Amino acid sequence: MFDCVVIGAGVVGGLVARELTKYNLSVCIVEKDSDVAMGATRANSAIVHAGYDAKEGTLKAKLNVRGSEMMESVCSELGVKYRRNGSLVVGFNDEDAATLHSLIERGHKNGVKGLSFLEREELVRLEPNIGSTVSCALRAETGAIVCPYELCMAAVGNAMDNGCELKLGFRVEGIEEKDGVYRVSSSEETVEAKTVINCAGVYSDDIAALVGDDSFSVRPRRGEYMLLDKECGSLVGHTVFRCPSKMGKGVLVSPTVDGNLLLGPTAEDIDDKTDTSTTADGLARVASLAGNQVNGISFGKVITSFTGLRATGSTGDFIINSPKRGFINCAGIESPGLTSAPAIAVYVADMLKNDGFALEKNDSFNGTRRPSHYFRELSEDEKNEIIKQNPDYAQVICRCETVTAGEIIEAIRTNPKPTDVDGVKRRTRATMGRCQGGFCTPYIVEILAREMGVPVTDITKSGGRSYINVGKTDKGKM
Amino acid sequence: MSIKERKLTCIVCPKGCDLKVEFDADGKIAEVSGFTCPRGKDYAIAECTSPVRTVTSTVRCADGAVVAVKTSKPIPKSMIFDVMMEINSVLADNNVKIGDVVIANVLGTGADIIITSNK
Amino acid sequence: MEKNNVKRADLVIIGGGPAGMSAAVAAYEKGLRDILILERDDALGGILRQCIHNGFGLHRFGEELTGPEYAYRYEKQVREYGIPFMLNTMVIDVDGNKVVTAMNRECGIFKVEAKAVILAMGCRERPKGALNIAGCRPAGIYTAGTAQKFVNMKGLMPGREVVILGSGDIGLIMARRMTLEGAKVKAVCELMPYSGGLARNIEQCLNDFDIPLLLSHTVVDIHGKERLSAVTIAKVDEGRRPIPGTETTIPCDTLLLSCGLIPENELTKASGIELDRITGGARVDGDRETDIPGIFACGNVLHVHDLVDYVSEESVIAGEAAVRYINGEKSHGMALKLVTDGKIRYTVPQRISSAEKTKVYFRVSNVYRDVKITVKAGDRVLLEKKKQKVAPGEMETVILTPDMLSSCDKDETLAFSLEDIKK
Repeated sequence: MFDCVVIGAGVVGGLVARELTKYNLSVCIVEKDSDVAMGATRANSAIVHAGYDAKEGTLKAKLNVRGSEMMESVCSELGVKYRRNGSLVVGFNDEDAATLHSLIERGHKNGVKGLSFLEREELVRLEPNIGSTVSCALRAETGAIVCPYELCMAAVGNAMDNGCELKLGFRVEGIEEKDGVYRVSSSEETVEAKTVINCAGVYSDDIAALVGDDSFSVRPRRGEYMLLDKECGSLVGHTVFRCPSKMGKGVLVSPTVDGNLLLGPTAEDIDDKTDTSTTADGLARVASLAGNQVNGISFGKVITSFTGLRATGSTGDFIINSPKRGFINCAGIESPGLTSAPAIAVYVADMLKNDGFALEKNDSFNGTRRPSHYFRELSEDEKNEIIKQNPDYAQVICRCETVTAGEIIEAIRTNPKPTDVDGVKRRTRATMGRCQGGFCTPYIVEILAREMGVPVTDITKSGGRSYINVGKTDKGKM
Repeated sequence: MSIKERKLTCIVCPKGCDLKVEFDADGKIAEVSGFTCPRGKDYAIAECTSPVRTVTSTVRCADGAVVAVKTSKPIPKSMIFDVMMEINSVLADNNVKIGDVVIANVLGTGADIIITSNK
Repeated sequence: MEKNNVKRADLVIIGGGPAGMSAAVAAYEKGLRDILILERDDALGGILRQCIHNGFGLHRFGEELTGPEYAYRYEKQVREYGIPFMLNTMVIDVDGNKVVTAMNRECGIFKVEAKAVILAMGCRERPKGALNIAGCRPAGIYTAGTAQKFVNMKGLMPGREVVILGSGDIGLIMARRMTLEGAKVKAVCELMPYSGGLARNIEQCLNDFDIPLLLSHTVVDIHGKERLSAVTIAKVDEGRRPIPGTETTIPCDTLLLSCGLIPENELTKASGIELDRITGGARVDGDRETDIPGIFACGNVLHVHDLVDYVSEESVIAGEAAVRYINGEKSHGMALKLVTDGKIRYTVPQRISSAEKTKVYFRVSNVYRDVKITVKAGDRVLLEKKKQKVAPGEMETVILTPDMLSSCDKDETLAFSLEDIKK
């Protein structure tokens, strides 16, 4: 029996679980996919929002501002890349300028610091490549960028280092409660816990329904993105949003913490919670909108495009409540969900306390984690010291991103452990470069098979039946 | 009466010449044109009488590794898949080297299956 | 390991594929001994090791060899001459002073100070992301070269029902290879109205096995959540835009991409060498010297070749010139600039620095019939060459003789153009 079961290993579930391990609680995360960070966490804008966007008085506004303030220290504890690059909301006309002024006012009410209004002249000095027709901008100095799946993996990993259990491939199909004990079941396994935290993203309405809560629904909102080569990563320094207007929201143009340039997202409400396909129309829209906001985007340098599904709740605000004692919903965590996640985690712990659950401080809690990318940031001499101990760190597997066998093997052995090629990719950046795994995939498949002690033909791209190879040549005869 | 003809792309070298073979009333080759070397003419005639191909593939060694192989000379085109079956049924020694024969005179074609890569 | 992890060599060659080995052998045969080849893979031979099909070496050796056999001819020479090479060694930097930084298991991260450097890193394939195809991102989508590595080097089958996008040579070769291993290749789609591959490969890899080649077609949608389940293809118009209503969905578990090769020039860029926007490789003179004296480039890192025979030929030029450079004998007497008319997309070399006999390689931008290749210096026609047919997939050459070149002013411009011959 656990004290807490967290359903969903996204960035919210991960940070909630980690927060709970700060107390003397036994915690278990159950996740339907073969890895953590597989929902909205895997594919979003990777932005730490300053907090001028959410309507004053909402939970979104409160948790956004608080989360934004917490993010830098959480990232530094967890060894996650974070950069306070500031954001700009650009306007094209007088109407936009008025909107920007009202956003600044809202930001002040929400308690956001470092907001200012820029005329074009000043803006161009700050961002020489800003779109030719942009006339003004809101500058938010506390806007930042972070890698969302890295944050999630680090949070889950740190929670596990502090005793949390992670069950992958655990799709919750039933929840029963009897005498204050919840029985959470997949088709194969049941875990028991005193409390359940529902962090199931686009599925959080389905999970709530399992305990009879049908007070809200969650709908997936498709957002399509394009990622450009690192050559383009310094086209802008700030994250550049478009001022919301009758013409729609526009897209963002932003550097990523890894040095690429990210464009997107579109926003399209769909019904299928599994449909992460991109569309020709959506990608064309991203390209055209981004081109208005920033000059000189080289669309020939797109290295990949992807779709994320935001969990859009039916109430317009985050849905964080307790429909039943010991059961807490963290639902409808759409933008600014990533920013708010550290604050949501604290908020959930407070709710448990307020509900009378005993939360005693865990004195052995260690909240720090070595950065997953520590090796690449070492000096040549420091790297050579490590290579002397373990030559795997001198064997380059991914040529485009210079990722070594040592780093890949270390990632495979570090919690939460990847079991497929995409899992290795998200942890090490191998296959993420220009050739997109053309050269290194066959080697990663071999390393994974060796480390996991399975045949190479068992290795998948992303869990399930996503096999990389379907068999052997000459029909596998040996 | 129309003269029957057949157009071919020469595969002898990377130039890929456009070849034309004309047949007489009895179906015999009357004229070959379009070639730019004698091998091209020979190819055109062979292609219309008894086409042949070199087959390249891999064989597995006893330790599971694969090495490349080829037919030592072209084999009848109609036998490509039969020869593949033979190639797929053989298991090579672990210490094979370029030039070693793994199947002699495969299916009586007069061609050997020889190793073309080192491990 | 030497002190401070710094080594020295007269000539460092980056890449032990056909280009690097040919250059090394040529440099050795010109008397140079202090050569070091750095190869990232665990054997010499480069990409030829996985090109197990035949058709290599007709020009160079007068016989048809498979890729590994062709590579082995050079490997034998390298070994017989005792030219030093390091395997599993990744070069991570080349600077303008010809200091090469590399890493491997034995030496860790180390530097080699060279008198001359030859870049011979080869090329890579254009990946799916760069093609921006809409749809899902399931397993089962590979570049043709990745599939070739799985099948020919690892003995693994990446799929059983295959559609190929792009008719580059590796795609055509893999259509046959997958078929021979029992897969069903359902179609090869080519965006352009002509194939980028060699005519003979269309004949022997597709026609021999009744695999349809669909010109002016592309993939517009990808289906399947875990493993690929189908692709939707469509015809494209003259502007290469999909034509609505022409979509067909083909069930398959594998999509192979053969949509072009990109010279692998990250090291070149980082060292500050000027690149050619069209070839994607360095801009070089007739000796294949880049704009940094003493750094040369040859093979597919310079521009993508159709035939390894031409790679070897070009690499000999680079290898011999590097020796002349090291001996202080390389001539820089001229600065002829080669320009093209657009129908001819590019030339290699892009400039000529001595009046020695120079073979100029070039590619055209479309299929043209009954044309005349003309090279002019000002109003003077230096050379005319008639061709029945030229195509983007087939590299062309002309030879500029010492007579032609010495008739030019030392910084004259040579204009390469393609003109129709009126019949």
